[in-house]
Amino acid sequence: MARKVLIVAEHQNGEVRKTAFEMISAAASIAADRVDVLLTGQGLGDLPSRFDGYAVNTVLTVDDSSMSSYDMKRLAILLKGLLEEKGYDTLMMAAGSHGRETMPYLAALSGTAYIPDVTALRAEGDSLVATHPVYAGKSLRDIRADAAVCMTLRPNAFSAEKGGGSPVQEAVAAAASEGGVAVRELKKKDSARPELTEASIIVSGGRGMGGPEHYPVIEELADLLGAAVGASRAAVDAGWRPHSDQVGQTGKTVSPNLYIACGISGAIQHLAGMSSSKVIVAVNKDPEAPIFKVANYGISGDLFEVVPAIVAELRK
Amino acid sequence: MALKILVCVKQVPDTETKVKISADGKSLDEGEVSFILNPYCEFAVEEALKVKEQLGGEVCLLTVGPESAASALRSGLAMGADTAVHLTAAGDRIADAGAVAALLAEEIRAQAPDLVFMGKKSVDADMAAVPAMTAALLDLPLVTAVSSAEYRSDGAELGRDTEDGREILDISFPCVLTTDKGLNSPRYATLKGIMQAKKKPIETKEVQYSGMKTAVEGMSYPPAAAPGRIIGSGSDAVPELIRLLRDEAKVLE
Repeated sequence: MARKVLIVAEHQNGEVRKTAFEMISAAASIAADRVDVLLTGQGLGDLPSRFDGYAVNTVLTVDDSSMSSYDMKRLAILLKGLLEEKGYDTLMMAAGSHGRETMPYLAALSGTAYIPDVTALRAEGDSLVATHPVYAGKSLRDIRADAAVCMTLRPNAFSAEKGGGSPVQEAVAAAASEGGVAVRELKKKDSARPELTEASIIVSGGRGMGGPEHYPVIEELADLLGAAVGASRAAVDAGWRPHSDQVGQTGKTVSPNLYIACGISGAIQHLAGMSSSKVIVAVNKDPEAPIFKVANYGISGDLFEVVPAIVAELRK
Repeated sequence: MALKILVCVKQVPDTETKVKISADGKSLDEGEVSFILNPYCEFAVEEALKVKEQLGGEVCLLTVGPESAASALRSGLAMGADTAVHLTAAGDRIADAGAVAALLAEEIRAQAPDLVFMGKKSVDADMAAVPAMTAALLDLPLVTAVSSAEYRSDGAELGRDTEDGREILDISFPCVLTTDKGLNSPRYATLKGIMQAKKKPIETKEVQYSGMKTAVEGMSYPPAAAPGRIIGSGSDAVPELIRLLRDEAKVLE
């Protein structure tokens, strides 16, 4: 079977999200015969050229006012049409809030398999075997799909590498849809900080922060590093931080290159959401805190002394 | 007009569970596990009860799972739901989302509710797949991860957070909504509620998972991390930390 992959690329503020390039690497890892990318929006400009040099055959574009904002059903119907027309057998989208609803919706609509949050992928003959974390990463599960499959890929699980290539562009017509959901408003984030699940570095604060007024201490470090700011469940339940910042089994699962836990004791709930981080730093008053069992580099001490000292050292 | 509100709920292992893989190497050893109502489903039950209080109607719970999953329904009934339907199915609870969605969709189609609530995801397989798949099979409008809502008799204005920012959406009934943390604070079941729940009807129907498009090859534990180490205490340890992050871990420039 010739494997044909379609990658749904997302973009924000005139930049293609890096998850699109990670998915190209994932497609290369299963020796796909064909890898196409889909870009949708209004006024895509030179976004398609961002794929120059990557192992992509064709960049499909839908540049249409109907795609100016995300509409799950419209996107799913467009993808179903492309799947049937062009014979893709593998659809990939980043495991973000859009992908994690569009891909299962599309799978049910088109009668294909769905595998979420893929962190590793291999081809076995005509089948695909994908690894995804279950029980918030306390274990990993391998899932096999023997026919067409829609999947979401976890950000930071695959590295984005240029594989050489000069993709051609092809314009595709928009799909008609009445989704039944009307977008009233999109309040764009005013923060320049990266999204938690996609960030390379995360600085997180827990109960030890003592209150919402102290978060600027870790925000200063985060901004110096270009990092996202996270929180533990204790900090979110106390109302100090929004739930969208929560890392853990009932929040977001993250796997950045560097995770800096400040004033977080390390409840199993929290560890489940961040222990796949490549390097973990912990700063905590209590040297017996469970977070130190997973920290590559721990410092026991008062975060209100240690974190400013880290900022000062980095500024040197 | 009284609304018919359906809440799909799931029984999951307690989030404090230490995962042990069963002898078949493909599923969770449930021996020592205590089960709870999925936390995101608690938000769904609470939201359904709030809508009932505001607009009138009845709240019916629906679950798919083994016989023991009835305790998740009792938890929701104790919170105040009126009735429950239990589709009893043997087999791996987290095997194939499409098979679960097909069973739910069939029951929902028969009941024809005005509003379907589900949790944003279940904290076992963390797939967040069943709500979207069910909505697709029923061709119902869907909004996932709702964290604010204002209801009227024929629809709702909803808010949710995505990577792009905060979306404000408008939807008409019938529809499927999934609930995120922050939407509400689930009420505790009162003793009276728990006693009443024991008398509320649970309709059981035996079903079978079918049409699976995925198969579980195996489960494994994540690679053991190197044991943690404390490199020092207080701000004196900071220069060494930065050196290690730059030279040993190579995660800082």
